[in-house]
Amino acid sequence: MGLDVEHNMNIEPYRDTAAMPSANDFHRPDPAIMADLYVKIQRIVRHDRGSDTPLPAVSLGLDAIDDTLPWGGLPRGALHEVIAADISAAAAGFCAMLLARLAGSDGTVAWCRQGRSPVLYGPGLAAMGLDTRRLIVVRPWRDVDLLWTMEEGLRSGALAAVLGETATMQSVALRRLQLAAESNGTAAVLLRPAGVQPTSTPAVTRWRIGAAPAASALHAGDGCRVRPRWTVELLRCRTGMAGFGAPPRCAEHGGFFASRATSWILEWRDETGGFAVAPELRHRSPAPAAAAATAT
Amino acid sequence: MTVTAAHGGVRVVSVDHAASAAGIAPGLTLAESHALCPGLTTAEADPAADRKALNTLADWCGRYTPWTAVDESGGWAGSLGGGAGLWLNISGCAHLFGGEAALLEDLIERLRRFGLAATAAVADTPGSAWAVARFSAETAEIVPPGQQKTALAPLPIAGLRVPPPVIEGLGQVGLRRIGDLLEMPREPLTARFGALLLSRLDQALGRKDEPLSPRLPVPAMAARLAFAEPIARAEDIAGATRHLLVDLCARLTAARQGGRRLELALYRSDGSVARIAIGTSRPARDPDHLMRLFRDKLDGVDAGFGIEIAVLAATVVAPVAPIQMALGADRAARSESLSRLIDRLGNRLKPANVTRLVECASHQPERSQRSVTALADPPASAPSPATADERSRQSRPLSLLPVPEPIEVIAPVPDGPPVLFRRGRRPYRVAMAEGPERIGPEWWLENDGHDPERQSRIRDYYRIEDSDGRRFWVYREGLYRPGVPPRWYLHGLFA
Repeated sequence: MGLDVEHNMNIEPYRDTAAMPSANDFHRPDPAIMADLYVKIQRIVRHDRGSDTPLPAVSLGLDAIDDTLPWGGLPRGALHEVIAADISAAAAGFCAMLLARLAGSDGTVAWCRQGRSPVLYGPGLAAMGLDTRRLIVVRPWRDVDLLWTMEEGLRSGALAAVLGETATMQSVALRRLQLAAESNGTAAVLLRPAGVQPTSTPAVTRWRIGAAPAASALHAGDGCRVRPRWTVELLRCRTGMAGFGAPPRCAEHGGFFASRATSWILEWRDETGGFAVAPELRHRSPAPAAAAATAT
Repeated sequence: MTVTAAHGGVRVVSVDHAASAAGIAPGLTLAESHALCPGLTTAEADPAADRKALNTLADWCGRYTPWTAVDESGGWAGSLGGGAGLWLNISGCAHLFGGEAALLEDLIERLRRFGLAATAAVADTPGSAWAVARFSAETAEIVPPGQQKTALAPLPIAGLRVPPPVIEGLGQVGLRRIGDLLEMPREPLTARFGALLLSRLDQALGRKDEPLSPRLPVPAMAARLAFAEPIARAEDIAGATRHLLVDLCARLTAARQGGRRLELALYRSDGSVARIAIGTSRPARDPDHLMRLFRDKLDGVDAGFGIEIAVLAATVVAPVAPIQMALGADRAARSESLSRLIDRLGNRLKPANVTRLVECASHQPERSQRSVTALADPPASAPSPATADERSRQSRPLSLLPVPEPIEVIAPVPDGPPVLFRRGRRPYRVAMAEGPERIGPEWWLENDGHDPERQSRIRDYYRIEDSDGRRFWVYREGLYRPGVPPRWYLHGLFA
């Protein structure tokens, strides 16, 4: 994929993908025509160099989640937002897992933390599969520096993923990050602390992660380890974004973009050293929007 | 003229030319000097400020040569030979100013404009330059190569930088000029006046080496640009920097070296110097990359009344490993662009804010990892996390509070796990607890290995989960003692 460092520093309205016509303006369009048009528009909008290959995606290691995502995993070259549901480090842990997956065997990732928040602890990161030798921790003190650091990281092409932790970020800044992520195929992850009001976002996926009570109340003295659990909610999944050349999967629902909320409870498995979907609680979906989306 | 209180009275420390002409010399009392010259202007001596001004002046002289130093000959030297002094090593620099004579003339003229009366001399050895600059009748004099003996002979012995008692002693036996010493047998002189005298003479004549240290480290490589007119516009300064970078990088390439640390010194026309330094994570010699690093910092430069000379120096250089282009070129390119990214981040956010986490061999959680700036050499890739096996890693939190936070805990005594804890005012009901895991202080790293209080620094760690599933790492400090409420701390958050 070509490097394009300077050209989209200023965001012009026509590049705003959210401003594209919504599905309601069409009368049941022919999917084939729509898909063709879609690819053409994407090319014009993004000065695409004609690569029709879908965005490479990274498996999250959990079939239940991978199958829900239209890319078969988490796409690189896109912005992902992770919202913490509570004050625990569950969301940070989920991010560490994402970064570990995105870094793969020889990629490097950057984690931007602002202010005096608790320090990242190597052994804990390693438990999530993130090798600290593949991690650069950056502490930008001001918001402008955070945005600058993330954009530099995304555009440099040297990193597999860039994570930024911030409570405040303007929507213009979010779009810049999305464009920077697209320009180089580097994943951008935004980790937002608990209590942040979710606003409209150009992010391709948005997650909410919280801690969940473990299944059984066992004292460690009994020789049984506690299996930590997370609630993982996929609040938003914008399909057909960012060079996804094939017709978007959700076209059959009559639109370019689909929002579906799906949630899982994940449980740590010592034997595999990873998370698995807690079986008895699969697809516990509290959001009303999920009704239409779970038609698959 | 400056004075200070010493030896039971106010005495003269230094004098200018006019006062000297009136017969006032350092060491006189203030009353005596007022008697000699009634209209005297005096000021309190301030050695610290003098020293600072001299250092500033030494830096300013960097416009002539990177090798400058303040004369360290000691307090008595100043009282003998006039004011304070600076050393400049102008080997290989004089041609930039049109020769040694032109350089001296330029130097003295510029110092005169600052309001400083100066005398200067160029010679083969520091010793003879010192003597000629201070005791010759000329303001600026050049000792031709190899002519030290002729130049020094008529000068007083004080020109050899020997202490006053030696000069007085030589004066008593009728030796007043340096020339008088040249014909004397050496052994009696050494026996009577010490080894320093002849050693100084030999150094002045070039028979013996005299090592001097520059005030600032002399860069391995430097490029210099002098402007016909002082420049002040930001674009001009950036342009000059780029020009210097191209020049310096060409020389680095020729030497198969790369810069790890570069310093741009901008000499303003008012005599002050602005310095900008950048560091790189691996030896670099690409002008575009280095220019990007400088550009962020150039914005903050105050050009003052204009910049006359710009000097770009590679203060730290290291050999550049040749990159094999064919095999693994992709990987090499990525690691190259990673180091460039780190350079940019580090130079904007300060190197200490761009870090890698390095594992250390320690049981203490807060000591088992260190933040090391990513601009430094990457740690050797070998040390595998042998200290932390899979199971113990599982019991470590994702984030650690920089300082353990005291919490209020309700727990069964003597060593039961917490049942309820309060962080601030908020209560957390503990649903599950794992532990304790005892971590003792590292007595082998401490000086007082037999500290009786050590037991009170033992920590019993528990992993606890509250009723909402949030997981914390808390510890109780010290062993249980009846009647003493145990202290509990929150130390980390689990994922």
